Amino acid sequence: MSPTTMFDKIWSQHEVADGLIFIDLHLVHEVTSPQAFDGLRLERRKVRRPDRTLATADHNVPTDDTPAARMIADQLSRKQVETLEANCEEFGVPIYSLGSDRRGIVHVIGPELGATQPGMTIVCGDSHTSTHGAFGALAFGIGTSEVEHVLATQTLVQKRPKTMRINYGGRLEAGVSAKDLILATIGRLGIGGMVGYAVEYAGAPIEALSMEGRMTICNMTIEGGGRAGMIAPDETTFEFVRGRPGAPPDFEAAVARWRKLPTDEGATFDAEVEIDAGGISPMVTWGTTPGMVTEVAGRVPDPAAMDSPADRESAERALAYMALEPGTPMTEVALDRVFIGSCTNSRIEDLRVAAGVISGRRVADGVRAMVVPGSEQVRAQAEQERLDEAFREAGFEWRASGCSMCLGMNPDILIEGERCASTSNRNFEGRQGKGGRTHLVSPAMAAAAAIEGHFVDIRDWSGGAPGEES
Amino acid sequence: MEPVDVVFGGVTVLDRHDVDTDQIIPKQFLKRVERTGFGEFLFYDWVREGEIELERNPILLTGRNFGCGSSREHAPWALQDYGFEAIIAPSFADIFYVNCTKNGLLPVVVDERHCQGIAAAGEARIDVDELTVTYRDGVVPFEIEEEIRHRLLHGHDEIDVTLSDHKESIATYERDRELPATATGAL
Repeated sequence: MSPTTMFDKIWSQHEVADGLIFIDLHLVHEVTSPQAFDGLRLERRKVRRPDRTLATADHNVPTDDTPAARMIADQLSRKQVETLEANCEEFGVPIYSLGSDRRGIVHVIGPELGATQPGMTIVCGDSHTSTHGAFGALAFGIGTSEVEHVLATQTLVQKRPKTMRINYGGRLEAGVSAKDLILATIGRLGIGGMVGYAVEYAGAPIEALSMEGRMTICNMTIEGGGRAGMIAPDETTFEFVRGRPGAPPDFEAAVARWRKLPTDEGATFDAEVEIDAGGISPMVTWGTTPGMVTEVAGRVPDPAAMDSPADRESAERALAYMALEPGTPMTEVALDRVFIGSCTNSRIEDLRVAAGVISGRRVADGVRAMVVPGSEQVRAQAEQERLDEAFREAGFEWRASGCSMCLGMNPDILIEGERCASTSNRNFEGRQGKGGRTHLVSPAMAAAAAIEGHFVDIRDWSGGAPGEES
Repeated sequence: MEPVDVVFGGVTVLDRHDVDTDQIIPKQFLKRVERTGFGEFLFYDWVREGEIELERNPILLTGRNFGCGSSREHAPWALQDYGFEAIIAPSFADIFYVNCTKNGLLPVVVDERHCQGIAAAGEARIDVDELTVTYRDGVVPFEIEEEIRHRLLHGHDEIDVTLSDHKESIATYERDRELPATATGAL
């Protein structure tokens, strides 16, 4: 047999007919599913495979420990979550809603429950479904019509994407994280650079990452326009899945199957890209797309120096929205808010890193900082490790889990004009609240920025501790 | 879905690249549980701030990578509800493109030069059967997958098509090839 890519192996395993693929796991949340369930009702259809469908409430959920859907103060949010609960009840779909200790952001709970596994096809009505590709799965976001199609048929009509491999060489410097790696990659390829591709991330710097780091990378694939992001499963993957509720009963047999998934030597991709991970710095976005990003030691770019008129115009508009002057050092950009959370960076490792950075220090005057764990299980784990105390003592708010301020569909939002260092994934205009200004960074960079009140280069930051040069 | 064969009429120009779905329909309007009524919130902030004027026309012409970001199908619902029947751009984001085709909102990829021509002409005729855009200065072919073209022309419901054409193959797949997994209800 000719050498094959991981993508091709998973695709052929799941092809039911030409252009129709079987879906192993369908994750559902409250925002993109009500119209799909309505469609089923209208046509008197059932959910074909409730045993392969799992729902949770995350986007609308207040992070103040609201105990039940009926207690959500916002009327529309309440209705959306209650509608999800009613739909799941009617169609027999398992759900973790408010009040469940297994509730959380859909892309955090899938892996955490062991529902996400190598070799699977996974979809959800959410563009950050690419997260699950970190396990060597084919995972991508779909629209509501497709949600309905999967509910009704457990399959999806899908055009086969092209394949791209990004090979990272070198090694990440201390203080440079998976978030910086993917932001730098998107900065280089552009936010349309991966459109039409299933992207495999490969190379020693990727292999060295934890599952949390790999999930951060695959999560942001969509910010480069990619259909799906994938990373070959290895011992790190297997150890993460082992022992979780959804782990296969015959685990060794499953591992033997998963070991065959990685791309064969000599397999060809439609595109290959080489990136030196050693040259990557901590990154900060300056504009209104994730591709408008620079090194923390860099400056706000000057649109006048840009070659393409379209880029110049976009940059000018972005800087006007962000209220930034060209040439300003990124480390002089002062902040009002700090948000540590979202499906990109809210897992236990992210929280450990942030807690390590702030240890013994205080959030700067005038900065409001919050930490929102990705799931109730992450929250419980963090509290067991007493990370919540570290955050609270430093002046951070410690919240219940949810999508929170990543997208402002719940009470956690920016006020017009506020500037926020955020570990989330999108800095679009108004994303975190109308007129809010978002700078995307890693958890360590966000935590340090909360302490200083402006961005700092985490690599040479001493946190102003007594007796140390800063 | 209503069949789409020809879209003809005026062109509204939105001269921006990388327009994300958060701009097309901001998050505060995603809380509705219906498919209808999103049109009045289309480009809510940009329109309200007076940044853009959005004339009601059958055709929207815009920049590259239109519809990037969130997978929200509320974006095509809002565009369609506002009155747009087709969108012409040099390129689209993947999920948005697919979402359009599921609703009979016609996505048409045409290179930048022709986009400029169509914008200047202010009127165009898009033929789904022939796969052409005709405007003052000429005729431009465009591509769309045959499966999508067929479904648009006939207004077929995709779930119906899958269930009628592939019922057996799905059952066979489930019996013979489906990978084992713990039932989600037993997690």
